[in-house]
Amino acid sequence: MMMAVLDDFLVRAALAGVGVGLAAGPLGAFVVWRRMAYFGDATAHAAILGVALSLAFSLSIFTGTLAVALAMAWVVALLSGRGLAMDTLLGVLAHSALAFGLVAVSFVQGVRIDLMAYLFGDILAVGRIDLVVIWGGAAMVLGLLAWRWNALLTSTLSDELACAAGIDPRRERLVLTLALAVVVAVAIKVVGALLITAMLIIPAAASRPFATTPERMAVAAAAIGALSALGGLRLAYLADTPAGPTIVCVAALFFTVSTVLGLLPRRG
Amino acid sequence: MNAPATPLVTLSGLDVTLGRQRVLRGVDFAISPGEIVTIVGPNGSGKSTLLRAIIGAIRPSAGSVRHKPGLRLGYAPQRLHIDPTLPLTVRRFLGLPKRVTDAAAREALDEAGAGDLRTRQMSDLSGGQFQRVLLARALLGKPDLLLLDEPTQGLDQPGSAAFYRLIADVRRRYGCAVLMVSHELHVVMAASDRVICLNGHVCCEGAPEHVASAPEYRALFGTGTGGALALYRHEHDHAHDHSPKEHTHDDGCA
Repeated sequence: MMMAVLDDFLVRAALAGVGVGLAAGPLGAFVVWRRMAYFGDATAHAAILGVALSLAFSLSIFTGTLAVALAMAWVVALLSGRGLAMDTLLGVLAHSALAFGLVAVSFVQGVRIDLMAYLFGDILAVGRIDLVVIWGGAAMVLGLLAWRWNALLTSTLSDELACAAGIDPRRERLVLTLALAVVVAVAIKVVGALLITAMLIIPAAASRPFATTPERMAVAAAAIGALSALGGLRLAYLADTPAGPTIVCVAALFFTVSTVLGLLPRRG
Repeated sequence: MNAPATPLVTLSGLDVTLGRQRVLRGVDFAISPGEIVTIVGPNGSGKSTLLRAIIGAIRPSAGSVRHKPGLRLGYAPQRLHIDPTLPLTVRRFLGLPKRVTDAAAREALDEAGAGDLRTRQMSDLSGGQFQRVLLARALLGKPDLLLLDEPTQGLDQPGSAAFYRLIADVRRRYGCAVLMVSHELHVVMAASDRVICLNGHVCCEGAPEHVASAPEYRALFGTGTGGALALYRHEHDHAHDHSPKEHTHDDGCA
């Protein structure tokens, strides 16, 4: 009886982790190619503010974080190109959003205990409805990326090449922003607001040394993301460590191994 | 020039403002099918901006850019920075954004003299190879108009002469018009049907010989005594300015 329950929540956790890993990997490849890591951070940190708002207005966490992540993207677009360097602007926004989020959460009754869960994830508490949201979000992100793939790649290479081919680079940027907001909203439960960017960037970076085309890199990143989730969960269970950070540690191990292998001289 | 055929692209009264700077003002001209037109002008004269306005990457603040209905554009940008984190073979690059068959990719690469580069990574190409691959990609859509922004940038003089011969050759076979930006005046003069001298506005335009002797052109490019010789000397005078680094500041585009 106990074992069945145990199996169940671990299975749910594994499914949640794999779902996030599969979606975050390919999207993370774009984040890496377009140097959007800081942008990812800003969006993810803003999610804490989204959590506070969701709780204050009794919205679902998914709705609140999604709305705030999108608002953050909008603010970034509004303020960019107005004198501040992009990394400064994003640094200001990311950390302000996090600080305001933490302060806002303290106003909401009964959440203080759960704060750690939103910062570092609470994958073992994933319920059936969470699973539906996570897999729905992941499917939406992967569908968006597959649908716009060539247009996204072209506008990643250059806005001019995209324009000359009749692609509006602003629309493609919007697609990525939307996908990023969805990933943040579904990943907050799994790895937490502070480590979402890690799930985007580390699997993509780990797959770079052995990829020869963008497609292979995206597929490899998805695989590494999913494997990190499974391996991290297993390790967390065995060593009784926090699950979210352990997943990221496993991804970092993948990165280390692949980077070292990539530095070795190629044969043939 | 005076061909009755519908122009491929017509610019009328084109104004472009970037930031607070009015980069182009009152630019009028049209490109007819099959002609090779070269835009020359000093750094910051709006050459690249003009091409970007033609492809629709920049919205004019006044005036208009009209494309002939159904116009197929082939565009090769001045620079293309490919992030080192993006793995991209030449073959895959050719298939962006529209997938192409292996046969079509091979043919375009052969046309551009880059037949052996198919499986190479874009980031490993030399300057000349990169330009040829950009040309191959621009040719893939069977364009009516090729837009080439400083296509010989980073090539030595024999290399760029060969590249211009290639472009003339391509025009002959594809029957496409070519609009290119260049700073290599004397080579350009030999390879173009028409030259447009740009400095925020069209200073002068016409057949190469005509432009070379126009006072506006002399005022911009030097005071040499006679036609071709002056151009050669100009090229020599400025040889040191032509490192690729200098040109990254070209036109102050955003």
